[in-house]
Amino acid sequence: MATVLIYSDKASMALELLTAAREVGAAAVKAVTINDNAAAQDLVGAGAEVFAIDNDAINLADTAAVASALAQAIEQLGTDVVFLSSNRRGKEVAGRLAQIIQAGCLTDVTALQSNGDQIECQRNALGGATVATQTITEAKKVIAIRPRTFEAAAAGSAGSLNDLSVEAKPSAVKLVEVRSKAGDSVDIEAAEILVVVGQGMESQDDLPLAQELAKKLGGEVACSKPVATDKKWLSEERIVGLSGKKCKPQLALLFGISGQVQFTVGIRDARVIASINTDENASMNQMSDYIMTADLKQVLADLNKAL
Amino acid sequence: MNIVVALKQVPDLQQIRLRNRQPVLDDVPLTLGNIDKNALEAAVALKEAQGGNVIALSAGDENIEDTIKEALAAGADEAFLVADDQLQGAESSWIATVLAEAVKKIDQVDLLLFGEGSADNYSGQVGSRVAEILGWPQVAYAINIEVNGSTAAVTRSLEDCDEIVEVSLPAVITVLSDINEARIPSVTQILKAGKKPKEVLELDDLDVELPDGSPVETISNLAPDSQRKKVVVKTVDELLQALAAEGVIRR
Ligand SMILES: Cc1cc2nc3c(=O)[nH]c(=O)nc-3n(C[C@H](O)[C@H](O)[C@H](O)COP(=O)(O)OP(=O)(O)OC[C@H]3O[C@@H](n4cnc5c(N)ncnc54)[C@H](O)[C@@H]3O)c2cc1C
Ligand SMILES: Nc1ncnc2c1ncn2[C@@H]1O[C@H](COP(=O)(O)O)[C@@H](O)[C@H]1O
Repeated sequence: MATVLIYSDKASMALELLTAAREVGAAAVKAVTINDNAAAQDLVGAGAEVFAIDNDAINLADTAAVASALAQAIEQLGTDVVFLSSNRRGKEVAGRLAQIIQAGCLTDVTALQSNGDQIECQRNALGGATVATQTITEAKKVIAIRPRTFEAAAAGSAGSLNDLSVEAKPSAVKLVEVRSKAGDSVDIEAAEILVVVGQGMESQDDLPLAQELAKKLGGEVACSKPVATDKKWLSEERIVGLSGKKCKPQLALLFGISGQVQFTVGIRDARVIASINTDENASMNQMSDYIMTADLKQVLADLNKAL
Repeated sequence: MNIVVALKQVPDLQQIRLRNRQPVLDDVPLTLGNIDKNALEAAVALKEAQGGNVIALSAGDENIEDTIKEALAAGADEAFLVADDQLQGAESSWIATVLAEAVKKIDQVDLLLFGEGSADNYSGQVGSRVAEILGWPQVAYAINIEVNGSTAAVTRSLEDCDEIVEVSLPAVITVLSDINEARIPSVTQILKAGKKPKEVLELDDLDVELPDGSPVETISNLAPDSQRKKVVVKTVDELLQALAAEGVIRR
């Protein structure tokens, strides 16, 4: 298969892309970094052939500038296939880059398989109701891969570090301020047990019951999107689903979740799912191993007492 | 200030049924994408605060004339539509070309808003592609937009931080659903929507010809195979016993 060019604004994700490119059998992998020495070193350490762009005129907040820099790298390095990370930054760049180089583009790819010259990509479709397998028929391809689809490449025999110079136009985007998000650094994707709270929870005062249960089980509290974005009871880091995290815990205990596809797409790979809902016909129940029709507050209290 | 909002006509996802893991789309009503409605709301809020004109832009099949009424009821002043049966389910790069050509036909656009992702495809490509075709700057994942003369201050929400950027206009901005809560139009607004101006073009009017063969081919599109036990448990005790038997908790 062709040579693959990889780029992510996050070093850890670039290392995942390195693994992805190797696993699909890329003839060679060329890793590009932009104004990020540490990332370049990490990639060299993992055996990549790195092309480091160092140009202060490129501002990562200016997607047009990043896409243009990558397009120039592609031109100079003669690569047709590009892997990006499908974090927000990567997705924003993907469409713009694809348009410049006239590539077909797929984002949020959750699995890759090479089939002759083609790369078959899986991604969610219809809001997560289905999984589509798609290929880009265009010779030029931009594929943005969801974070954590592949393991980060480990350090090994050193690769090489090369400078790459590209031009930058005056920018129409100025970065004024960066505000880091309130420090909830929980990693729900790594948890073996998730206690997931939905809008069926009537009061924020009941949240400690879920936290106590998660603690007793050695798991984490997660939530459906509205609990974080509308009610703001929990941080966005804890959202399960299409626009949140895709989790594969051993056990997911769901409290007051109706089971819309944008949620279930984030939990359907759990080994065991139990759903606690007052509505016995909640669609979540159709996708659960254990179904309990009851008030979640009572069940949480009883579980905490029993454990 | 002219604000154009791109809204996609999609099947109502809540009403899609599955048969043999295949999505059944017959008779599913059409609507506009949820996040696209947040983009519209953002435009209407800007207009209400500082004046201007909000134009709903959509490319779709002939049903789009009817579907777009939702946007006209929710505050768009007029609609600019490209209605052509070739556009049903058309690939993202084609849609981007069509939308960009349409924008070129609209006078003096200051802001071009998109949803972060369409309800059905959710690929987040179209806005970025249109920005590139027009040669405009872009900011995606916006949770706040303030227009100050010839620039806009936009808060872009990333996974680990928020970035406040100043972007010169005209610009493409894509919004997250968190930016606002889209209003639900009143009955009078719905009745008035039918009378608002609409410009409807076909692909020929735009001088756009779609190439043969899509740049992206779909090999299969199936609901995941989900075999769950669906065992009803009556008490917390029963639940704990079952989970212990699964080996996922210790008692
Ligand atoms: C593009 C897009 C992306 C999205 N991404 C996500 C995502 O990543 N994650 C996500 O979660 N959502 C996402 N959504 C939103 C999603 O469509 C649903 O709106 C959301 O998942 C519903 O959350 P819920 O189940 O908690 O709430 P609801 O749908 O309101 O369900 C609440 C449930 O609680 C039950 N209940 C009520 N009271 C009790 C009680 N006392 N005890 C027990 N049960 C009770 C009710 O019977 C009901 O089933 C997305 C939507 C769109 C359009
Ligand atoms: N056919 C269309 N007509 C109008 N706007 C569209 C169309 N397709 C996509 N969009 C816009 O582009 C955004 C991103 O779409 P996507 O790239 O499909 O995720 C959507 O949220 C809409 O704002």
